[in-house]
Amino acid sequence: MSHETNALAQIHRQIMWNRLIAVVEEQAQIMIRTAFSTTVREAGDLSAGIFDLHGRMMAQAVTGTPGHVNSMAESVGHFLKKFPAATMRPGDHYITNDPWLGTGHLHDLTVVTPAFHKGHIVGLFANTAHVIDVGGLGMGPEGRSVYEEGMYIPIVKCFDQGKPNETFFDFMRAGSRLPVELEGDIYSLCACNDAGAKRLVEMMDEFEMESLDPLAQFIFDSSLRATLAEIARIPRGVFRNEIYSDGYDEPVRLAAEMTILDDGIEVDFAGTSGLAPRGINVPPAYTRAYSCFGLKCVVAPEIPNNWASLSPFRMKIPEGCILNAPHPYPVSVRHVIGHLLPDLMMGCLHQTVPERVTAEGASSLWNPPLRGGSSVSGQGRGNKPVVGDFEIITFNSGGTGARPTSDGLNATAFPSGVRTMPVEATENVAPVILWRKELKPDSGGAGRTRGGAGQIMEIATKGDLEFAVNATFDRVAHPPKGREGGLEGSGGVVTLKSGPALRTKGFQIIPDGDRLILELPGGGGMGDPTTRDPALVARDVRDGLVSAANARAHYKVVVTADGVLDQAATAALRG
Amino acid sequence: MPSARLAVDIGGTFTDLAVEHDGRRTTLKVLTTPAAPEQGVMTGVRSILQAAGLQPADISLMIHGTTLATNAVIERKGARTALLTTEGFRDVIAMGNESRYDQYDLNITLPEPLVPRHLRLPVPERLDNTGKVLRPLDAEAVRALIPLLQREQVESIAVGLLHAFVNPAHERQVRTILEQALPDLAVSISSEVSPEMREWERFSTTVANAYVQPMMARYLRRLEAELHSLGLAAPLFLMMSGGGLTTIETACRFPIRLVESGPAGGAIFSAHVARQCGLENVLSFDMGGTTAKICLIDDYKPQTARTFEVARVGRFRKGSGLPLRIPVIEMVEIGAGGGSLAHVDAMGRIGVGPESAGADPGPACYGRGGTHPAVTDANLTLGRYDPARFAGGSIALDVDAAHGALVADVGSKLALTAEMAALAVVEMVDENMSNAARVHAIESGKTYEGRTLIAFGGGGPVHGCRVAEKVGIGRVLVPSGAGVGSAIGFLRAPVGYEVVRSLYQRFSSFDVDAVNGLLDAMRLEAMAAVEQGSFGAPVTETRTAYMRYVGQGHEIPVPLPARTLTADDVALIRARYDEEYARFYDRPVPGSDVEIMSYAVVVTTVAEPVETLPDAGEVFAPAVHPVRTQRVRDTVSGEVSDWGIYDRASLPVGARLAGPAIVAEDETSTLVGPGWRAVVNGFGYLELTRDAG
Repeated sequence: MSHETNALAQIHRQIMWNRLIAVVEEQAQIMIRTAFSTTVREAGDLSAGIFDLHGRMMAQAVTGTPGHVNSMAESVGHFLKKFPAATMRPGDHYITNDPWLGTGHLHDLTVVTPAFHKGHIVGLFANTAHVIDVGGLGMGPEGRSVYEEGMYIPIVKCFDQGKPNETFFDFMRAGSRLPVELEGDIYSLCACNDAGAKRLVEMMDEFEMESLDPLAQFIFDSSLRATLAEIARIPRGVFRNEIYSDGYDEPVRLAAEMTILDDGIEVDFAGTSGLAPRGINVPPAYTRAYSCFGLKCVVAPEIPNNWASLSPFRMKIPEGCILNAPHPYPVSVRHVIGHLLPDLMMGCLHQTVPERVTAEGASSLWNPPLRGGSSVSGQGRGNKPVVGDFEIITFNSGGTGARPTSDGLNATAFPSGVRTMPVEATENVAPVILWRKELKPDSGGAGRTRGGAGQIMEIATKGDLEFAVNATFDRVAHPPKGREGGLEGSGGVVTLKSGPALRTKGFQIIPDGDRLILELPGGGGMGDPTTRDPALVARDVRDGLVSAANARAHYKVVVTADGVLDQAATAALRG
Repeated sequence: MPSARLAVDIGGTFTDLAVEHDGRRTTLKVLTTPAAPEQGVMTGVRSILQAAGLQPADISLMIHGTTLATNAVIERKGARTALLTTEGFRDVIAMGNESRYDQYDLNITLPEPLVPRHLRLPVPERLDNTGKVLRPLDAEAVRALIPLLQREQVESIAVGLLHAFVNPAHERQVRTILEQALPDLAVSISSEVSPEMREWERFSTTVANAYVQPMMARYLRRLEAELHSLGLAAPLFLMMSGGGLTTIETACRFPIRLVESGPAGGAIFSAHVARQCGLENVLSFDMGGTTAKICLIDDYKPQTARTFEVARVGRFRKGSGLPLRIPVIEMVEIGAGGGSLAHVDAMGRIGVGPESAGADPGPACYGRGGTHPAVTDANLTLGRYDPARFAGGSIALDVDAAHGALVADVGSKLALTAEMAALAVVEMVDENMSNAARVHAIESGKTYEGRTLIAFGGGGPVHGCRVAEKVGIGRVLVPSGAGVGSAIGFLRAPVGYEVVRSLYQRFSSFDVDAVNGLLDAMRLEAMAAVEQGSFGAPVTETRTAYMRYVGQGHEIPVPLPARTLTADDVALIRARYDEEYARFYDRPVPGSDVEIMSYAVVVTTVAEPVETLPDAGEVFAPAVHPVRTQRVRDTVSGEVSDWGIYDRASLPVGARLAGPAIVAEDETSTLVGPGWRAVVNGFGYLELTRDAG
């Protein structure tokens, strides 16, 4: 009988773990439904999780973006340092947007909420969301220190035993261009933590739990064991890789040395470029987050995120390098470089498990913050017409890298988990016209499997009046590389329609009568292009994604003018 | 002369039929004949008429639902389709929202668009968001595409232009040109199929409509002819995904509205049962062989939505299918059914589904070669089925095979006996369904407090009590006829039609006249569709606005009065919005403007009065006794005890029994868990209640 009792207890622990993941998923869903900022509700730039009283993450919502993985996980420890668990009361909510205590830039708010069961604090719920405006210069790389980038919220109580901290909310409303949205988002963050806490208490009642500790131990033990077992399947060794970002005004080198050990994977970033004068610097928690994501996708994609499953991935980030930005360096668009880190990791892993990694992709999002109206064209325009005031950001992606057995994804976000907005919706909220948004031919790197295609966008205002872009684009001078003989994807292009090139980073004007052209990078290819199935090459030619000229030059495949494969000519060419 | 009504529901494996006349009901299942589905239908119609003692001419109305359109999309067996679209936007249906539905899987597959890129043909033209022409339509360029369409042997054409839902002129012009040159081709235009903002969803819906249109029209006409030659001349109505019935003419034009009509029938069945029994808040729980469907029903109306995903490629994952923007009964479908397979992952975690053993080979206990443990194997191992009586005795269950599969795939990896492995599998599948139900309630702004769970489908009555316990429901109802619920639901559906249109306005500058004009036009369109089939029956109209705070992402439906609006109504609408918002999210946001995205108008025939539960008072019923007992393991305590087995057919109205017990019938078994009591109500339905405390 005692064997059966043990078996039942084991089954119940599994049910509870499952339930805990469902609880944090509910927490994330509530945030998406109630959030005001487009970044959360349309793009899904958020994360949610539950922590034990030592600040160790027990479960994280599947919904959300990977950038917040470790950074939010680390964040709760900082809250507990300032406000020990013993001092927390029911109805309290704590908040910060400190890039070094939270998730890397001022636009991410993190809220932590204690959960109480039978009068005792039992755990903490945390969530992070990217809000649209916190004052300052606005989203963009132009700041020279974090002080210029927006309001800085230290860890404070935003609700004290259920009562809003009105002084705090006064500051928030006064400091943001979008006070209603900001306040609404903070309420939404607190409400979804409350919902999680309520569900947790129901679960503890149902399973007659007094504390989360035994469950936490079970989750951590199982996860660590499984993660180490996955690492054990990776052949040992030391692997080095480097990639380049376009940087703000000069290229940035990202270097990594990865060591596969019995008890973990260590990454040393020695050799990485130094700090930048503008807001492309990356706080260390964000570096760990995206590096860890890249590792986890390859090494242990099925294992849920928690303190134990993340702990075997260890990062050594030298002081003074761009991936270890200290306060008060500017960090607003830290994601531009941060998004390249999974490619950096996969370049190392390719040397030991080539069958599991992809070629490099566009990786960095191409999200043009667009601004028009009086704050751009207010002065010195005489009687010339000015477009109505607007401030928007749209989310767009290039191609992902080719995969070992399948092509890269066309115009799809990776590693970021964001979604794009419909053009019709964008044109309804701002006086802009997107004249073109479609895949770019010949942009995916050639290979046995092809890189995902990038896309071309042509952006104007109604009446082709002057507007501005605060560029945050990358992979223009440094296109995504292929692997194993696969060719690189096409680099990005940022120009005016009239011809002149624009800078990849920074605030720039698109004058009257002109338009902004963005060509987003294509992913790198994988394997020798001349080994690609000719039928797939012919399909791509027929679909206009590969030109007949490139089919011949890169793939050694001959396709007739109406898209039919010429098998004899192809065989002759391939030899 | 009897006036009989006949319902036919074509599913993947079975075609279900139900006929009702003079208060009697006959039901029947026949095998679906996928190559020519009308053959299975005709076989079934002949059999059920015979069984009910009816002539074809006795049928006064026939209602039909089918998964054919859905299957054509899933199996990619639709027409060769082209898409004519605004120049610069030919990849809208391929790019989607540019995201991955799984963050950690590097090898995901995204759904392939129904139209390949070389048949997505750009047309020079452009409207702005107000419908103003920025670039006139180049008619010559459209004509120049005709030889290509002929050469490519295109069978159906979709037209999707940006902002066409505001101004359909360009789309109509394109259609006219195509119809003149290619009179035999079907043309679907986005401003008619799905006139709503958001180009990806609109184009995707229009393309899917074009893709299934030729096949569905041919099928429906063939069926009509077969029925006529049998002498069945009654009007034929089609069940739509939104829960209303429509005529064959409308169905041939907008066949995409027929997807998921079977599950919609199930929800209507539940809603009808709820009305009969006076249950205002219900959770409909339909668990079959491969999936479980969950639907919330309030005030006897199933919850509705305007979006739906079809043909998911990523194991039921949200975001892995093709989006359809059509009126649908909203449900959550998860990969949890009797055939769902159990497995153990690298962390020693038990998972169930979404992989399914299907009907062939089926669960291990079917003895048809299945070697992996399914939920049915676990239920059998726990003692929940009578191996001799399963599916009316048509399948003899092999208990040893079930044990073997459970030990091999689950028990041996976790040091569990077959019995404890079975317990773990059943608890996990119940947990998965409950979690899905909880998230669904959250997404809908609803709770389970005070709800009744209506359980049907083969697995619903087996798992109903435990799911109810897990989500906090204290009452479960198991209606009779649970095996063909969808077909019975068809017989309860009203003739109706829903029209949805986008008209973007800020509330602060609400234009009453523009809205009245739009709503009147929508009403006329809906009336025209309904009048074809209502034969002068009284109709009702409901109007809804989809509103949100400026800047928010999700609209909430706000009921509008079904009449011409006046300036005074503006305050009323705003008050209703605040009320609905608070219901969803607790706290209204002060000082924020509201925007209206779109409107819906629904016209339906008035539902026939429902015979409600007679107030029987204390019905006297003789004490009932189990026909025998069976050793059953309880999944909560893990303990084994003798459970009474009752025969449902012989339980009289008013019969009472206490759990733990099992009420067996041919199509399913109702599990009355420990701490639950059951009574047979005036309709013969089993009503289960949980003891307080």
